[in-house]
Parts: sequence; C-alpha cells; structure tokens
Amino acid sequence: MATFIIARLTFLEAIRRRILLSAFLLGVAFLLLYTWGFYLMRQEALPSVPRSEVSGAILRSGLDNFLTLAGLYAVNFLAIAMGALVSADTLAGEIGSGTIQALVAKPVLRAEIVFGKWLGFAGLLALYLVLMIGGVMAVAFILDGYVVPNVATGVALIYLEALLMMTVTLMCSSMFSALATGGVIFGLYGIAFIGGWVEQFGALLENQAAVNIGVVSSLIIPSEALWRRAAYEMTPPLAQVIGISFNGPMFTVSVPSDAQIVYAVGYLALALAIGVRVFAKRDL
Amino acid sequence: MNAIQTNNLRKQFDENVAVRGLTLAVTQGEVFGFLGPNGAGKTTSIKMLLGLVAPTSGSAMLLGAPLGDRAVRAHIGFLPEHFRFHDWLSAREFLDLHGRLYGMSAARLRSHIAELLDLVGLTPFRDKQLRTFSKGMLQRIGLAQALLNDPALVFLDEPTSGLDPVGRRLVRDIIRDLRARGTTIFLNSHLLSEVEITCDRVAFIKHGEVLRVSELKSLVNGATSVTIRADGLTPAIVAGLGQWSRDVRADGAQVTLTVSDETALPAIARYLIAQNVAVYALTPQHLSLEDLFIQIVGTDGGL
Repeated sequence: MATFIIARLTFLEAIRRRILLSAFLLGVAFLLLYTWGFYLMRQEALPSVPRSEVSGAILRSGLDNFLTLAGLYAVNFLAIAMGALVSADTLAGEIGSGTIQALVAKPVLRAEIVFGKWLGFAGLLALYLVLMIGGVMAVAFILDGYVVPNVATGVALIYLEALLMMTVTLMCSSMFSALATGGVIFGLYGIAFIGGWVEQFGALLENQAAVNIGVVSSLIIPSEALWRRAAYEMTPPLAQVIGISFNGPMFTVSVPSDAQIVYAVGYLALALAIGVRVFAKRDL
Repeated sequence: MNAIQTNNLRKQFDENVAVRGLTLAVTQGEVFGFLGPNGAGKTTSIKMLLGLVAPTSGSAMLLGAPLGDRAVRAHIGFLPEHFRFHDWLSAREFLDLHGRLYGMSAARLRSHIAELLDLVGLTPFRDKQLRTFSKGMLQRIGLAQALLNDPALVFLDEPTSGLDPVGRRLVRDIIRDLRARGTTIFLNSHLLSEVEITCDRVAFIKHGEVLRVSELKSLVNGATSVTIRADGLTPAIVAGLGQWSRDVRADGAQVTLTVSDETALPAIARYLIAQNVAVYALTPQHLSLEDLFIQIVGTDGGL
C-alpha cells in the first residue's frame, strides 16, 4: 500500500518539478529534428538506388532500418540519462534535506519507500519510452510504411536497459550523495560504452583479447549488451548480411547471448535488493 | 504502562558518542520536557525512539511495544527538528500524503485535514504549495502533520523554533488541548520559558546522559535563592548558615544562599536574630528554569 503511495508521489514530483514537461518538450524537439534528418537522408540516398525492383526494395528497407535504429540508439541513451538523473538525487537528496524523516517515522517499511520510488521511476521511463520509441518508429512508418522486425522484443530490451541503469542509480543513491552517485553512474556508462566498442572491434578483427575485454565490461555493467541485443533483434537478417545495419556505435558483429539478458535481470534484482538493504540499515 | 521507557540507550557514531546511556520513563498523559545544551544528544535520542537511528546498545519500549514495532508507529506523531518536506505539494496534499502513510481512509482524512488546517490557522492557504510558505507557516503545517493520526504519543522536536509570539502561543494551546485529551507529549525545546509553562516534568541531559529528572512544579517552586542584608555577620555565623544550604556566598554585609524549600526562611531568620545580627532584609527569590538549567547543566554549554 505504502509502495503505491510513494510511487504516486514520485510521479507527482516529476510533474510538479517540471521534469516530465521538460523531458516531453525536449523529446518533441528531438523527434522533429529526427524527422527532418530522416527525410533528408532518404532524399539524398534513394535516387542512387538501382531501378531493379527487388534490390531497390531491399536497399530501401535497409536504409529505413538503419535510420530507425540510429534514432532508437539516441532514445536509448536519453532514457538512460533521464533514469539516472531523476533517481540520483531521490534517496540521497531526501536524506540530506531531512524530508525522509517524517516519512520513515510512519508505520511503513523502509523497503516500501525504495520500492515505491522504483515503481514511480519505472512508470516514468515507460511513459518516456512509449513516447520516444513510438515517435521514432512512426517516422519510418509514415514516410515509408516501414516497421522494424521484433518490435516487442527490441523495446522490452531497451526498457530493461533503462530500468537497469535507473535501479543501479537508485542503489548508489541509498549509499552516496547525489553527486557521487552521478559520478559512479557516469563511470559505469563509460565502461559499458567503451567495452562495447572494443568487443565489436575484437570480433571484427578476430582478436580474442579485445572480445574478452568487452565481455568483462558487460559483466561489470550489462547495459550496452542489452542495447546490442535489441539492435540485433530489430535488424532484418538480410540487412545484416549486406552490411547496412546500424547497431549502436558499431555494426553488431558479436551478439550478446540469452545468458547475458538473464544476467542483466539478475543484476537489476540484486541492485534493488542492495539498495533496499542499505537504506533499511542506514541512520537517517 | 509507561508511554516511553528507555534502558541505557546508547548511540555511538564511530568514535563519537552521541548518547551515552539514556534511561528514562515517561508516564502516559504527561508533558515531558527534554532539556540540554546543543549537542547533548536530544535529537539523536528522539531519532532512536522513532526508528530513524539504530541504537548501538540498550533497549526501549514505546506504548508498551519494543523499538521498531511498526504497528505502534500508527499511534505516534512526530514533528522533526528543522522540519523539511516535499515543498511542491500543497498544504492539503501534504497532509493527505502523510495521512495515507498512516493508513487512514480517504473519508476520515478529508474531514480531519479540514479540522487540522483550521486548528493551525492555515485554512486560507490550503491549496498553496508549501514552497510559498513562511518559516512559521511551515512549522504550523508540520505540527498539523504530527497530529493527523490523533496520536497517543507525540514527539515535538523544537516545535516553536521559527515561530513568532502568536505562533508560540498557538503551540502552547495545542499542547494544552492534547494533554487534556490524555496525549503524552515529549517536548524537546530550547525555549525554557515555553517548557516552564507547558511541561509536567523535565529531564536535563548532557553528553547523552540524564543528569536529573524532576517535576517542574517542585523544581521551580522549591529552589529559592535568598539574599540577606545584615550587620554583625561574623564568618562563624555565615558558616552556620550552611545547615540550610551548601551554597552560601558572603560579600561584606550581604549573603546569598540557595535553599531547597521555602520553610527554611523562618528558621534562618530566627537563627540570625538569636546570633544578635541586625537583619535589614531577607529576600527570597524563585529560581527561573533558566537559572536551574545553568546550575544543573553548567555554563560550558556541554562542550
């Protein structure tokens, strides 16, 4: 019960402090720019497409896929940033300012407060992703009638990645100040990002050591692996073969396995459990 | 059953001992003042009782339940020191939130919130966001929050800080009403004049230990400072005054001493006259709580 009260409060806070509004307005600005870019790219690329119908259709859908995934990659990053920004200050800030005191003295479990906040942020991220992913996909659909394959799986993986980073941020926020939390999350994101690059290069050049670096970075923080899997799922096999696929910073050469998805879910659950436990034990 | 019973409650933050060993009993229905210099461990003590801070050792019972019992918290009200809250909520939303956390029904909350806003004089501001409130208004809404659940036990940590005289009078009246209803109040305040008016008993604490617990009436009425102006005082006669007081100071023709009871005054007069002292004045003066505070806690401010 208290979990839902806190979740609602978290949502209300995002509205009242204009977080939702600014995210929405910037999201709309992004979508407008993206639409414009998408349109220009098509104008530029399509006249050079061969006249023959089959190959033309393949190239056309390949280009649509490439542009859609490029948009989704940006959305994926924005969702991570938004999840981290709103949750970095939530526990640390309330502990620092003392607003948490009157809440914790009520007949509620401290775990309910953490779960409530998590649920509130999860709801915010869902709303954000529905809007942004919907917007990006709508562009290709409206201009070209194009839909990426495996939409549900891809979107679920992107959502999982956003949830993962938000949960890790929430965990850090139960231990550190908002600033230190931000630092940790930024660092983790950097590891995932660079690790992903190194792994792709490694796979391309068949350098096992480089691949291993990527694997280790995915163990430290499995966020980037989720994106690469999502991008793989949403790219048609043909486009992969002919090499016009956009999969994050690099073409997806090394595809994260199912085990890595399970690992990410376990990672998220553990981060949430640690956050709950640390907050429950902490002197306020 | 006592409303609060603590047994050697201790809190240590690394090297720093915040509360050394708090042993206290607060009976139901009384207004209990918790006095001590800054850093004496008052707020940490309250936080331990409310489950915000885990004690290093010791035990305590609130309303008959051990510390950390969640059900009992439904009967406790709390106004934290330097009360801060989600200031993007309106006054009504804020009380609604805290009422729901107490597990109160929407119907009960609706009527109760209106009553409480009326009580603390904030009805005209019920739909204003708290960030537009003055310090005094915030303190009032915080107090309303502490009374939402009709608590059996209320902790007020510096409830009058930031309040003007009108607000202080309001807090005093509210405390009086609560007491008439049988609510136990644990009051932590620096404003000794407030404590003097509102409290039944007080505990003086320093370095996280109780120095003395006393009924306020007997404390303030009993301890009397006496100034004597007289001719013919010899050191032997002054020393003889020691039978009524341990604290005798002679300064020429003037002697000051503290007696624990007014009934000592006639005896002192008879004694002086029997010694052939010419007494010009024998003036009793009640000690204020502030004098007592300084006497018990010392002037070092607990440093």
